[in-house]
Amino acid sequence: MGTSTTATQGIDPGGQIPSFKYTWVERLKKGDEVTHLITLAAAFSIILITALLVWQLWSGSKLPRHAFGWHFFTTSSWDPISRDFGALTFIYGTVLTSAIGLVIAVPLGLGAAIFLAELAPRKISDTLTFLIELLAAVPSVIYGLIGIFVLIPILSNFVVPVLKKALGFLPIFSGPFYGVSYFSAGVILSLMIVPFIVSISREVLLAVPNSQREAMLALGATKWDVTWRAVLPYARRGIAGSIFLALARALGETMAVTMVIGNVAQIKVSLLAPGYTIAAVIANEFTEATGDLYLQSLIELGLVLFLVTMIINALARVLMLTMGSHEVSE
Amino acid sequence: MRRRYPPLTKRITNVVMLSLTGVCAFMTVSVLFFILGYLVYYGGKSLSLSFFTQLPAPVGQTGGGMANAIVGTVKLLALATVIGIPIGGLGGVYLAEFGTGWFSFLVRYTTDLLNGVPSIVMGIFVYGLVVLPMHHFSTLAGGIALGIMMIPIAVRSTEEFLRAVPRSLRESGMALGASKSETIRNVVIPAAINGIVTGIMLDLARVAGETAPLLFTSFGNEFWSKGWLQPTASLPVVIFNYAISPYEDWHRQAWAAGFVLLAGILMVNIFARFALSRREHMVRR
Amino acid sequence: MIRKLLLVAAIAALSLNASLGHSQVTLTGAGSTFAYPLYSSWASEYHKLRPNVQINYQSIGSGGGIRQLTAGTVDFGGTDGPMNDTQLAEAKSHLGTDILHFPTALGADVPTYNIPGVSEDLNFTQDALAGIYLGKITKWNDPEIQKANPNVKLSSNDIVVIHRSDGSGTTYIWVDYLAKVSPEWKSKVGVGTSVAWPVGLGGKGNEGVAGLVKQTSNAIGYVELIYAIQNHLPYGKVRNSSGAFIKADLESVTAAAAGAAKSIPADFRVSITDAPGKTAYPISSFTWMLVPRDMHDKTKGAALKAFLIWGLTDGQNMTAALSYARVPQSVVAKEMQTIKQLQY
Repeated sequence: MGTSTTATQGIDPGGQIPSFKYTWVERLKKGDEVTHLITLAAAFSIILITALLVWQLWSGSKLPRHAFGWHFFTTSSWDPISRDFGALTFIYGTVLTSAIGLVIAVPLGLGAAIFLAELAPRKISDTLTFLIELLAAVPSVIYGLIGIFVLIPILSNFVVPVLKKALGFLPIFSGPFYGVSYFSAGVILSLMIVPFIVSISREVLLAVPNSQREAMLALGATKWDVTWRAVLPYARRGIAGSIFLALARALGETMAVTMVIGNVAQIKVSLLAPGYTIAAVIANEFTEATGDLYLQSLIELGLVLFLVTMIINALARVLMLTMGSHEVSE
Repeated sequence: MRRRYPPLTKRITNVVMLSLTGVCAFMTVSVLFFILGYLVYYGGKSLSLSFFTQLPAPVGQTGGGMANAIVGTVKLLALATVIGIPIGGLGGVYLAEFGTGWFSFLVRYTTDLLNGVPSIVMGIFVYGLVVLPMHHFSTLAGGIALGIMMIPIAVRSTEEFLRAVPRSLRESGMALGASKSETIRNVVIPAAINGIVTGIMLDLARVAGETAPLLFTSFGNEFWSKGWLQPTASLPVVIFNYAISPYEDWHRQAWAAGFVLLAGILMVNIFARFALSRREHMVRR
Repeated sequence: MIRKLLLVAAIAALSLNASLGHSQVTLTGAGSTFAYPLYSSWASEYHKLRPNVQINYQSIGSGGGIRQLTAGTVDFGGTDGPMNDTQLAEAKSHLGTDILHFPTALGADVPTYNIPGVSEDLNFTQDALAGIYLGKITKWNDPEIQKANPNVKLSSNDIVVIHRSDGSGTTYIWVDYLAKVSPEWKSKVGVGTSVAWPVGLGGKGNEGVAGLVKQTSNAIGYVELIYAIQNHLPYGKVRNSSGAFIKADLESVTAAAAGAAKSIPADFRVSITDAPGKTAYPISSFTWMLVPRDMHDKTKGAALKAFLIWGLTDGQNMTAALSYARVPQSVVAKEMQTIKQLQY
């Protein structure tokens, strides 16, 4: 038992677990280093896997990057015969369907979050939130199933005829409706992202300090006034963060979208027309892209999707972290 | 004395807007019941013993079942757990117990990044990484894809639950002469284990429904898939293929499969979250 | 207690997994949705005869079959659009061996439609089909369609065109035909398993197209004959090179192959669309199984060879029930010779 250089007790105040200072042999025997090493290896492998993924996407899209360059993003053609590929159509579809999804989900989700955070008694709020969070667990393919057999018939038979009668003169509602369309994809996306907006916004609203509310109530404001004028502005960034997170999710959704969007590579102004998104085209055409340029163009689309999602997620994090650090003006 | 303040318009706006928010909440919750209702109705109608025990019938013929898809999904999830949980769990231990400074930041950042990877892109990655070099589609490739998707959540939840273990517990371990790793192994982890296990269950439930990464990794199989190196059928992929087909019989089977899949996922979620919330009530003394 | 149960369950599952497929050979194939009903029945029947052989065929479209076979991830492919020379060269460089084409059946692309109130067989001229798919003919009561169907009351509804969203041999057959009968199609769009469609919605696989046609009013789509039949969709007659309106069936498809059978090239890659013959159905085609000349695997190679031989002999007896026509006997004889070239 050679504790030659004696263990000096070092306890750090306010730090992590205090570690006694043994020699390295003793530390090895005690297993600390081994554990440290093993967990370090695990952490490192996470970095490795991510790096590998990015490298695969980058090197796997070499051909189209060299052949098309930035032109890839401004071309809307997607022609396997003349080998001319461009991302514009799919970027358009991805952005449009996500936008429709947000337009529906944000008011709905925010409204629900306000109700759950400000109005409902704690127990009811907790139960309802629990149920809404369960919605987030429903897999995409099941939303797709509901989309094909339930949503599209409802849209075709009830919603779109009314929409066309009232707003059919607008170019965004022009043209025939075949069920599969940007609109259907947008609606199904909104159902999928609403739970995220509700759940995160509710937490954000609950985190707003009561002092904000009390100040306004003391002035005789109604509950709605307090919410609209004091709580929401304070929580602005957190809510924006939740919207960005929901957006990032919507952009990457594959199955539900491909089952209801029509899978047609075209850019149309009308929401009732069929379209295509980045995720959907990869899912449909990856296993059969004949020719390396075709396959790698699909991989480049994957790279684009990955980068955009990464940026939006990062923005969301920044927003959520800096919430409340600005003054509420009024 | 009649209340003159706040003015009437404000009081009306108040009532209207607040009721609207209630309507929003109600509508959102009803979507869940709507989905469940359809699945229970259409899915329940088509469930039968043969669904669970038979292989699919040749295309165009009615009958047959999804036994191979059910077993396939179970195998894929088992493999995903074996791959994702050790890496994710140990990574979480690192962040909670050892990590400091820029390296931890890097690990957290890449974990977040990995979490945000769209599932279809994960499929592309594993196709290039595993399927092409192996020259087959396989259960292994599908399991790897799902396993990698499990890592970020495993990291986050393990770290969270480990950090939640009170310092007093750790210090008492140290006071008894245990080393850091002994403390972690024998004191901290057992204290956090319930939370960690429920986190794992939630993680599993999330990847159980993933379809996109399986399209080009585990591919599909009309028969039983032997071992780990053959392509395999899986519930989500079969649901997708059957739903977009024109055959009525396949539609019915897709509903039944959707019901089974969702029932499994929701049950795990409800159980895990319930267990977690009770723990929270217990800990907050 | 729970731990013990879990352990027992895990052991049971593992042993079940290992025991399944004791000394079993599994061949994985992918490709043509056109031939999927046939291969799926063959696989099921063959498995009953040889329980240790599993033929796992995934219908992902001919384009997919060609791509996956070239990448070496499947053992055989199915296609209705023969591989062109560039694709063959690419496959040879990846796999180190040639890919051989073996015609396994004859089938037909039919124009199927869903027009409310119309249950008769419509007659389609070459110009009508080309015009519809080019987007130049947009209404059902267009003169080009109406004049061929004087006894049918066609509405002025817009035609909803449906095509494939995936790389497809069925598409190849269809556009190969359109290119032959319409110079405009040939120059504007061209021929391939995936083309830049001027108009229409995309369905995945023959299944997806049939599904879309079924659920969309005033839709027209092209599918392999059996898909129209199995889904109770009406399909029209097409005017052939002799001027007669022919409906796709075993006789008319066999007639289309009759001429080609005599002069079929050694590699069996031939197009029989717009074939001569008074009773020939103009949008017929062979469907091919793609097999590597050298499989580099004794068990799999032997199993695949046996399956192929069975398909060309006993398997042919199953074709009629699924509305495919048999491969002409003279062609089968030549294929048997080529099969001898398979090594493993």
